[in-house]
Amino acid sequence: MTPYNPFNRNFGSGTRTKAVRPDMKWHELTRAGNIYEPGNANTYETGDWRSIRPVWNKERCIHCLFCWRYCPDASVIAKDGKFETFDYKHCKGCGICAKVCPVNAIDMVPEDEIEKVKEANKDEN
Amino acid sequence: MKTKVALTGNEAVAQAMKQINPDVVAAYPITPQTEIVQIFSSFVANGEVDTEFVAVESEHSAMSAAIGAAAGGARAMTATSSQGLALMFEVVYIAASLRLPIVFPVVNRALSGPINIHCDHSDAMGLRDSGVIQLFSENAQEAYDNMIQAVRIAEHPDVRLPVMVNMDGFITSHAMDVLEVIDDETVKNFVGTYVPEDYLLDAQNPISMGNFDMYDFYFEHKRQQVEAMKAAKEVIKEVGKEFAKISGREYGLIESYKLDDADVALVVLNSAAGTAKGVADELRAKGIKAGVLKPRVYRPFPQEEIREALKGVKAVAVLDRAETFSTCGGPMFADIRNTLYDLKNDIKVVNYIYGLGGRDLRLEHVQQVFEDLENIRKTGRVDETVKYLGLRE
Repeated sequence: MTPYNPFNRNFGSGTRTKAVRPDMKWHELTRAGNIYEPGNANTYETGDWRSIRPVWNKERCIHCLFCWRYCPDASVIAKDGKFETFDYKHCKGCGICAKVCPVNAIDMVPEDEIEKVKEANKDEN
Repeated sequence: MKTKVALTGNEAVAQAMKQINPDVVAAYPITPQTEIVQIFSSFVANGEVDTEFVAVESEHSAMSAAIGAAAGGARAMTATSSQGLALMFEVVYIAASLRLPIVFPVVNRALSGPINIHCDHSDAMGLRDSGVIQLFSENAQEAYDNMIQAVRIAEHPDVRLPVMVNMDGFITSHAMDVLEVIDDETVKNFVGTYVPEDYLLDAQNPISMGNFDMYDFYFEHKRQQVEAMKAAKEVIKEVGKEFAKISGREYGLIESYKLDDADVALVVLNSAAGTAKGVADELRAKGIKAGVLKPRVYRPFPQEEIREALKGVKAVAVLDRAETFSTCGGPMFADIRNTLYDLKNDIKVVNYIYGLGGRDLRLEHVQQVFEDLENIRKTGRVDETVKYLGLRE
């Protein structure tokens, strides 16, 4: 990262930075928060906004892909016409996928319960 | 080529806008600014400018349209007063944070209520913390000169901020004044062609502006605005020097009038500075070492220059044409007192609120202030820190 040079008053200009990262200092960021790279919302992870997460039940799923169609965030990943996984880095846990699922194959599980399970697994190991 | 003409402040500003020939002007009429827009729209109708004039339905829309135009890559302007500026309030912050070089004259008028149309600075002071550069003009000449320089200041790559050019409602805007105007070609060359750096209509370089800025970026972008304001101080001086070459009139951040050896000084914005200078001259003839400091730039605040200019005085009176209702004095008083604090040389600083709602500031008012200052200087005692001038008490 370039150190701040007080003699270069024209910081942030022409820095068509590819990705803006939260660890960048004020003089390294683009001026006024302008974004020069299309589709860069992908690099901004919003998954930690989530308090409940969708969990897929493989046995019940009939791969109708209602969840994929209704997801407001493109966080349902499908492959070859079948449900594949959730994108937990961007899913905000709105629960629409669970609501529209005709066979109740998606459970909304509180994140703290997920944490508890993770902790328990750690202890076993 | 320079020509002496008689124009009102509004006519002078409209003349400057004609010579600047902006791409877009979006404005809504309000007293006492109306004439600027009215005169300028006749230039548009007569084909004397290439400007796209947008007759909007409110000042909120006026600044919004100017923002849209500027973000699209145009040199955009608007103009307003008082309630119009108040209605513009939220969008002015957005223009500043988007770093759009929008120049807009503000003809200072009291804010309601009670409803009033005459001069004070409550409108401009309301946007003191919005992130726009604020220039103040003593008379029609300065309003004209400030408009032309404002374009260069706003568009400078180190700055890229909106510039508000203030002049006193009716006192400057409607009074006929003699001033020197510069020929069209010279102004055209001085302001140059606007080359936007980032703009939405640049199909080769797609860009997203005005993005949602969360807690992890907002703070940094605000800090960037502060840096632009710091840079503006240098740029304003550079542009002022360059302007002197075409006009013979040099502008800095402040005007110091007879302050070099002054014992007592008055700090005042806009047209009242003329009155103050006149009284200072009279008092000097009587042996009182009086001086006047007129900040030309109020935001960014020229702290170093003011500290340097006032370091030798014994007593200072700050005249504010706006109330803060803090019960601790006007807006500029706080800034000036803060500025002098670090000198630690016990300069007495007092405040006078004057001229609210267009109340005249008379010569005897200013004489009274200087007399008070002389008393403070002699006795070292301040009885009342904040006083009112011309108020029936």
